[in-house]
Amino acid sequence: MSNAFEPRIVVLCCNWCTYAGADLAGTSRMKYAPNVRLVRVMCSGRIDPAFVLRAFQDGADGVLIAGCHPGDCHYINGNLKTMRRYPALETMVQQFGIEPHRLRLEWISAAEGDRFVEVVNEMTEQVRALGPLAWKQRSAVADLSGSPHAG
Amino acid sequence: MEPRIGVFVCHCGTNIAGVVDVNRVVEAAARWPDVVHAVEYKFMCSDPGQGLVKDAIVKHDLSRVVVAACSPRMHEPTFRKACAMAGLNPYLFEMANIREHCSWVHEDKEAATLKAIDIVRAAVAKARLLEPLQTRFVPVTQKVLVVGGGVAGIQAALDIANAGTKVVMVERAQSIGGHMAQLDKTFPTLDCSACILTPKMVQVAQHPNIELMTYSEVESVDGFVGNFTVKIRRKARYVDEAVCTACGVCIEKCPKKVPSEFDEGMMPRKAIYRSFPQAVPGRPVIDKESCTYFKNGKCKICEIFCEPKAIRWDDQDQVVEEKVGAILVATGMGLIDPHGLSQWGYGRYPNVLTGLEFERLNNATGPTGGRIVLKDGSTPKSVAILHCIGSRDRNHKEYCSRVCCMYALKFAHLIKEKTHATVYNFYIDMRCFGKGYEEFYNRLLHEGVKFVRGKAAFVTDQAANDDEKGKLVVSAESTTLGEVLRVPVDMVILASAVAPQKDAEAVARQFGMGLSPDGFFMEKHPKLEPFSTATDGVFLAGACQSPKDIPDTVAHGAAAASTALSLISRGTVEVESATAEVLTDFCSGCKVCQDVCPYGAISFHEDTKLAEVNASVCKGCGTCVATCPSGAIVGRHFNDRQILAQIDAAFLWE
Repeated sequence: MSNAFEPRIVVLCCNWCTYAGADLAGTSRMKYAPNVRLVRVMCSGRIDPAFVLRAFQDGADGVLIAGCHPGDCHYINGNLKTMRRYPALETMVQQFGIEPHRLRLEWISAAEGDRFVEVVNEMTEQVRALGPLAWKQRSAVADLSGSPHAG
Repeated sequence: MEPRIGVFVCHCGTNIAGVVDVNRVVEAAARWPDVVHAVEYKFMCSDPGQGLVKDAIVKHDLSRVVVAACSPRMHEPTFRKACAMAGLNPYLFEMANIREHCSWVHEDKEAATLKAIDIVRAAVAKARLLEPLQTRFVPVTQKVLVVGGGVAGIQAALDIANAGTKVVMVERAQSIGGHMAQLDKTFPTLDCSACILTPKMVQVAQHPNIELMTYSEVESVDGFVGNFTVKIRRKARYVDEAVCTACGVCIEKCPKKVPSEFDEGMMPRKAIYRSFPQAVPGRPVIDKESCTYFKNGKCKICEIFCEPKAIRWDDQDQVVEEKVGAILVATGMGLIDPHGLSQWGYGRYPNVLTGLEFERLNNATGPTGGRIVLKDGSTPKSVAILHCIGSRDRNHKEYCSRVCCMYALKFAHLIKEKTHATVYNFYIDMRCFGKGYEEFYNRLLHEGVKFVRGKAAFVTDQAANDDEKGKLVVSAESTTLGEVLRVPVDMVILASAVAPQKDAEAVARQFGMGLSPDGFFMEKHPKLEPFSTATDGVFLAGACQSPKDIPDTVAHGAAAASTALSLISRGTVEVESATAEVLTDFCSGCKVCQDVCPYGAISFHEDTKLAEVNASVCKGCGTCVATCPSGAIVGRHFNDRQILAQIDAAFLWE
């Protein structure tokens, strides 16, 4: 393997829209950058900001949060909670010294396999241009590994 | 006790193994902590594949199972069942999606194999922390809501009701019948549409198991599979249904005329009306928007002539609540707005009609009593039928509307039979795919109907020579002759595209359905489950899913009915086990969870100052879990530890 930088992007997505959209990209045999790993939750409303920080802390170069389009949430409005939580998360991540392009929120429906591909490819290139985050090395960050509790 | 994890990697034929080196995935998995058994197999979902899992659970005393294969949305239920059969709690199973999310989307075999290893590692990391959950069941309400009273809804309602299950049918128009009631004859058999439909309509109205609500609309839907609560707005009819005898004198006497929706605006109806003479129910309603009394406070002629005294001026809209176990959506199709089709003369020339307008013109209850005449009352000597107007057209609808070729043939036959006019069909391809359809096409060829293979480019009244004077000229390139033709005719019929209903998006949202890119309701699976939707307990019937002719619509209605019935007769339904739970030791009683729960599943106990989740209402979305500032709510099967373990294992981070 070459030593060229390959971005590592964690995708936190909902089961009903984005995960299914990624499935559709697969059944349609679309091709995209192999730089993403999906972590499925039932609703984007389940995505705790701690998950995002944990991914960065682990070594992710980018984190994508994705869910159903506003108004289409399988759970009525869980995605709206994500939407409202996101600006705070964005600010927090930037205060930690992480570039804004490393975090992204997207609405990708079950019918939008092509959109999933587009977002993944675009984000991979954006993060590639930014280079490795190496958050641990970059700053002496306090240990965040303890989640609020064992739940 | 340390978990004992079994990892099973599927080849899926060459679907996975053609790109991902499954042996390397197995080798990697075998080295991870707690993995005591790792194998590959050609088709894990096959009987022998499932057998491998079952046998290994027993032989290797597995306490966790990970299958690396396709999407959990595809086969998670299959493998959960296999685990349960071998005595392992089904929630101790985890799926790693290395097909849809890996082998199918990558070409670089090395990168795909490394990614597959990562995906399986994350699944194993989560599996290690899985906890057994209890499968829970709730009873299914023994009643089905059918939305839409067209032929799809009618068929479905009758099938369900005949099986002994109660049905509530909601139709927004005054009468059931839908588009089929507007037709005169049906292809290819030429039976009279009303003659075959009206008996079924009457059966619906008289069926002891069917409660028919016309002039009504669904206002809201709550609940979940087996247990929906539906609010239905019954619009004020201003006519007492219990008293009215449907004698029709009020309709005759009403002085106010407005264009009839049923007749495509080609003839008037009264302000007190029934949609058509054979309407079911036959009792009329007053259209408040056009009634003179409601506008000016004067008139009441209908009341004066109503012998049984059935007019109720103080009638109000009523919202009724129904509890149902399943919902069958049969809201039908719309048509493309023909005003966007002006190059074919619609709206500019009075003798350019849409297909549905011609149906009414040709119908014995239509504006001319079934005589095919021009706007000036004369009989046309030549008629052109233009196929694919708005269908198979990138500027309008990309899809084929599926009914036009056949109704164009039917029109050609009827026009020839009634007027002896020369009939031209301008077509791209003739699509005569159904039973008896090709035979009907052959019959028409022998009846002397002229077929021009070429889509009509435009219709004009600008004559280029004497033959074209006073005529509508259809211009088209005949692809068989290789030349541009100008054909002068008296009447033009546009086979305009079938389209989703105008409010399809709002209806989809109301019932938790999706829309396909073409705007029709999205089915659960395009081939194997065209009558189910992504929402359990909500089914689809008829042309609301895609354009369909009558035989297909009826078959779809019956299929949806039987699928709904199998849910109803099962009697119980499994509900979400992966619900949220409050850890009372950590709860500070702030009630934030209560605010974010979309289902009102969280209650707050004033005495203990603690929140509690009602598990039978909770759907397991986890929004409260992510919101709780004290970390006092656990989302079962997706708890923080499990998700964080998955993130930690998502890549080899070093």
